[in-house]
Amino acid sequence: MGLLGFYLRKLVTIVKGEIFVLPSRIAVLIFFVVLLLFPILIEDPYLLRILTLASIFAIFAASWDLLSGFTGQMNFGHALFFGVSCYTTALLNLHFHIPPWGTIPLGALAAVLAGLVIGIPCLRLRGTYLALTTLAFPIILMGIVFALPDITGGELGLSGLDRLAKSRVVAFYIIVIITIALVATMWKITDSNTGIIFHAIREDEVAVRASGINTTRYKLLAFCLSGFFAGIAGGLYAHYMRIAGPSTLEVSMSFQVVIWSVFGGVVTIWGPVGAVFILFPLLEFFRFWPEIRLLLFAFVILIILLYMPEGLLPWIRDKIETECPRCKIRNIATRKTCRICAAEIE
Amino acid sequence: MIADIILTTLINGSTYALLAIGFSLIFGVARIVNIAHTAFYMVAAYCIFYGTHRLGVHPAMAVLMAIILVMVLGLICYRLFIEPIREHEAAVLIATIALAMVFQEIVMLIFTGDFRTVPPLVPGYLEFAGLKIAYQQLLSIASAGVILAAVWTFLAKTRLGLAIRATAQDREVANLMGMNEARVAMITLVISVALAALTGAAVLPLMVLHPHMWMAPLIMMMAVVVLGGLGSLKGSFTGAYILAFSEALVVFLIPKGAFLRESVALSIMILVLLLRPEGLFGIAFEEER
Repeated sequence: MGLLGFYLRKLVTIVKGEIFVLPSRIAVLIFFVVLLLFPILIEDPYLLRILTLASIFAIFAASWDLLSGFTGQMNFGHALFFGVSCYTTALLNLHFHIPPWGTIPLGALAAVLAGLVIGIPCLRLRGTYLALTTLAFPIILMGIVFALPDITGGELGLSGLDRLAKSRVVAFYIIVIITIALVATMWKITDSNTGIIFHAIREDEVAVRASGINTTRYKLLAFCLSGFFAGIAGGLYAHYMRIAGPSTLEVSMSFQVVIWSVFGGVVTIWGPVGAVFILFPLLEFFRFWPEIRLLLFAFVILIILLYMPEGLLPWIRDKIETECPRCKIRNIATRKTCRICAAEIE
Repeated sequence: MIADIILTTLINGSTYALLAIGFSLIFGVARIVNIAHTAFYMVAAYCIFYGTHRLGVHPAMAVLMAIILVMVLGLICYRLFIEPIREHEAAVLIATIALAMVFQEIVMLIFTGDFRTVPPLVPGYLEFAGLKIAYQQLLSIASAGVILAAVWTFLAKTRLGLAIRATAQDREVANLMGMNEARVAMITLVISVALAALTGAAVLPLMVLHPHMWMAPLIMMMAVVVLGGLGSLKGSFTGAYILAFSEALVVFLIPKGAFLRESVALSIMILVLLLRPEGLFGIAFEEER
């Protein structure tokens, strides 16, 4: 009992000292709590579905950020990972009757292999060349999918996969918890030693190589990690929608993930996640005006980018928080002195 | 069969070459990856359709109108949405994707999603050794050739062309030599957009118009640019015909080839890149790729 009390008190201290000091952290906490309590508060299957899909795409967008934002390897064909995993999951589930907990990791493994396959030729390319080359891979695969309709179902795709869970709410919780876990993992990776090397590769690859770091290995690692996370998103999508179709490989899918990430702010992980949870419901909300839905969506993106070219969420964060000039710790914008080193903040 | 392959290669190759040259011009000068490039081509095609069908003006007049309109549109978009955020490359990229979506949706609203065609400018066909070659096909190939030659002369012989090539090679040095880099970028954008419009005008009667028609040439155009080497006109030209030829071969020789044509063309691009990462005629700048 005493031990439990100790841990509880420790938790309260951490929450008070680490989370309640910054508005952005409070926002993240509120967001997670609302997300987890959502099915209890509101029992609308339509809204539940939107949030579930948003969670899946949040993993997908964050995985793009891990590769393209952090290492600067602009990937315009991120749909490849998603699609490969989708189709692998569907084939394994339909032909070998492997349950979802087996197919999704195997699908993610297939996506890792895809990451290796496209990573190796792309290692020699940089910047725009890389972006335009990676764009080609999902289209190549899509051609193969259409050419082999007996295996891949052609235009209609493979349907009739197992459900993730019996009820909608359980499926929602499975997906949301996986999302939170994976996004937290990605965030931890970017915060680790590896993440710092990823940062450095984006900033100056030659300097990193000069420091005795094998950049090739780290770039391949970034491709594989990103492929793994995107692959899990693809597997979840296949089992949630119960269909794996060629739409998962389309160019618009690749563009969509870039739009989400840049809109939310790259090199943050939380930026793309937040952007998906803003833009995906927004696109659904615009269904009230079906004819001009995409038009409105495109205009929102154009206007936001015009005023916040760094992305929406970093812009908001910079408004409500300031960085201490001495110790580089973030403070709420209303404070006059730093909360750690008590230096004056102008 | 062989004649079909050659004709398709020439028509598609010219389209890709014209689009790719416009795309790589603006990329070379301003480092803008203009995803909306083929959307301008689609807008021009619809303008000509509107001019000839709804307003009933002469096709040549409609082409002129379309080109001017697209140039103005390009200029407005550049000044409003691209120029303020030019330092942020990723943001520019997304902005051009969003612009392409805007164009697609506006065209969809005005003309609906129906498939539309434009009758050939010159009806009839030529019988040559048992082959039927429509006059329109010949006209399209010829006009594409004329436009290509005109662009070539413009870039090689005029002072403005020289300025564009210089800026593409080294922006800072060009600026130091007294060229107004921002203005060169703007002019290049207008020229590249006009090229997209001209391409639309040249091949329009052979195409089916629909609001999503910008997607397929966009991918091929990017493949051509990468294959030939970014910023290299000769590369874009050669790359376009190589890819168009491989596409035509796949479509005509392999059963179900229409599904695979993009796959094969793009696989060729990747194979070439494996051997020559800077593209066929690209020059390897160490810090650029």
